[in-house]
Amino acid sequence: MSVNIKINNAVKKFGENTVISDISVDIKDKELFTLLGPSGCGKTTLLRMIAGFNTIEGGEFYFNEKKINDMEVSHRNIGMVFQNYAIFPHYSVRQNVEFGLRNRKLDKAVVTEEADKFLKLMQIYEYRDRKPEQLSGGQQQRVALARALVIKPDVLLMDEPLSNLDAKLRLEMRQVIRDVQKEVGITTVYVTHDQEEAMAISDRIAVMDFGVIQHIGTPQEIYHRPSNTFVATFIGRTNFVDAHYLANKKLVEVGEYNFKVDNISLEKNNDVILSVRPEDFLFHEEAKTSLKGVIKDSFFLGLNTHQLVELQHNKQLVEVIRESSLENELPIGEKISLSIKGHKVNLFSKDSKENLVKRS
Amino acid sequence: MMSRSQKIFTYFALSIWAFIAIFPIWTLIVNSFKPQKEIFSNPFGLPQTFTLEGYKAVLLKGNFGTYFLNTIYVTVISLALIVFFGSLAAYALAKWNSKASIFLYVFFIAGLMIPIRLGTIDLIRLMQFFSLQDTIWSLIPVYVAMGMPISIFILTAFVKNLPKEMFDAAKVDGASEWHIYLKIVVPLLRPAIATVAIFNMMKIWNDFWFPLVFIRAEESRTVALGVSLLFGQYRTDWTRALSTLSLAAIPILILYILLSREFIKGLTAGAVKG
Ligand SMILES: Nc1ncnc2c1ncn2[C@@H]1O[C@H](COP(=O)(O)OP(=O)(O)OP(=O)(O)O)[C@@H](O)[C@H]1O
Ligand SMILES: [Mg+2]
Repeated sequence: MSVNIKINNAVKKFGENTVISDISVDIKDKELFTLLGPSGCGKTTLLRMIAGFNTIEGGEFYFNEKKINDMEVSHRNIGMVFQNYAIFPHYSVRQNVEFGLRNRKLDKAVVTEEADKFLKLMQIYEYRDRKPEQLSGGQQQRVALARALVIKPDVLLMDEPLSNLDAKLRLEMRQVIRDVQKEVGITTVYVTHDQEEAMAISDRIAVMDFGVIQHIGTPQEIYHRPSNTFVATFIGRTNFVDAHYLANKKLVEVGEYNFKVDNISLEKNNDVILSVRPEDFLFHEEAKTSLKGVIKDSFFLGLNTHQLVELQHNKQLVEVIRESSLENELPIGEKISLSIKGHKVNLFSKDSKENLVKRS
Repeated sequence: MMSRSQKIFTYFALSIWAFIAIFPIWTLIVNSFKPQKEIFSNPFGLPQTFTLEGYKAVLLKGNFGTYFLNTIYVTVISLALIVFFGSLAAYALAKWNSKASIFLYVFFIAGLMIPIRLGTIDLIRLMQFFSLQDTIWSLIPVYVAMGMPISIFILTAFVKNLPKEMFDAAKVDGASEWHIYLKIVVPLLRPAIATVAIFNMMKIWNDFWFPLVFIRAEESRTVALGVSLLFGQYRTDWTRALSTLSLAAIPILILYILLSREFIKGLTAGAVKG
């Protein structure tokens, strides 16, 4: 089955409290689509509206052309994976996986065959007769995934499925989820507040804040061309530096230093917020026009060394990342010269709301 | 780990408790095998003259069998209804969040504080109205009503402790509410249901008051009522009375043993993380 999900102007209220004010999104067939955002921004709420567990105060939800606003949960043909797995403790692994098939009154042979297929796909076939309490967290989540997929749902919904696992298992399971999602080929909505996980797993990401979608795009788009300052800080790390844009010369001025940018949608000179990722600063021995600063602190993290630099002209602190070297690093207090990779920076309007770089 | 002296104290305390609990049963059983005279001369020792007269009298004369069956019917049917309605109500009350559900919950729980015997007169009228007097069917509704508050109290707490997502997962998998209740809620509530059953079983089995006020007919008497007839104002056949009581304790012991395994599971559930 190929299913795309269309949400038009969704509104969710809990009593007087509007949690989602107006969300519209198109989720494509077979896509792994992630809702990403800080705690309390309404990710779970939106997911549960798609699932049918929450009432919908406004807007329309479609699976393909079919409007599902008032459809019973059990008729939506969805699979769902929960943060706490929610597998049935009194059933064996096999019975858990067979649960949904049995509700569909299928032939017994078919039930067994389908269950076996997904037990094997999730590599839990050898544990099929165990009770959930005899499984590790990762194995339990595999059971939950098998149970969700075995009913051949049109849509798979996952709410922070990895957050109860330890760091190592999280990496492993996120690969499993991505592989299985591609292999089964199912439209998936994935909820997480972990931006790295979202980047690693998603085809596209919707970054949410306060019940509003701030940016929808591929991980690359969101990282390189965030639509506003919230997205720029939430995805990866970035430095905001006060700067001035000269429209006729297409120059960005930061104190004495300036550099050229040529894809800015600004017609006249204006103050802007310059956003530079820590890895987009370059160190110079001594250059004529450079950004002068003093190293205030330094953190060695193995591959990279992070340094806090105070800019000379306005005393702003910026974070700079350099690949670690064997020689002695620049010591704290050292005066340094920086330049900026002009093609990678973003300029935001002073109100933080708009990215002034034209999308190509 | 307990220290040695703590251990000794614990065992000492438990031994005293066990003695207090077992002593009356011991007295009951040994004396049921003694002739009347010996019961008074040697109340606590093993019988010197062993007799089965009491048991013979119970089983062959009188209507003990009928009383016995009546009591089993009343107890089992009442318990089944209490557990069934109690768990259904608990599932609904635990899942449904609103002012109305809180009101209903408090309404049920309030029953814990009101002794049902205060309503005896009205209950008698009610039974007369429905012509249930002198039948065991007059007892069952009263016992069910009596058992509801504590059952709903215990079971609702248990349902609330089950992860909500489990019900969601079952729904997503196409299960109806009824199916979820039977296949998920009831199996997971087994320890709690056993607790509720044990709790109510004793009260119903031993109840003397309602059979006394509702029932006069011989064929509808319960054991508690039947036994009371053996205690005369001037003369009591103690051997027979004690034999009756010993026999009456057997089914309840069996039921208790069956249920207590689940009950203990409930007590220790959550103590060890699975
Ligand atoms: N049943 C409810 N009644 C009232 N308010 C609710 C309810 N469920 C959620 N909310 C509120 O809606 C907002 C969004 O909650 P939601 O659970 O969707 O956040 P989330 O993005 O999933 O956060 P997290 O990452 O912590 O899971 C929160 O402010 C929360 O307090
Ligand atoms: Mg959430």
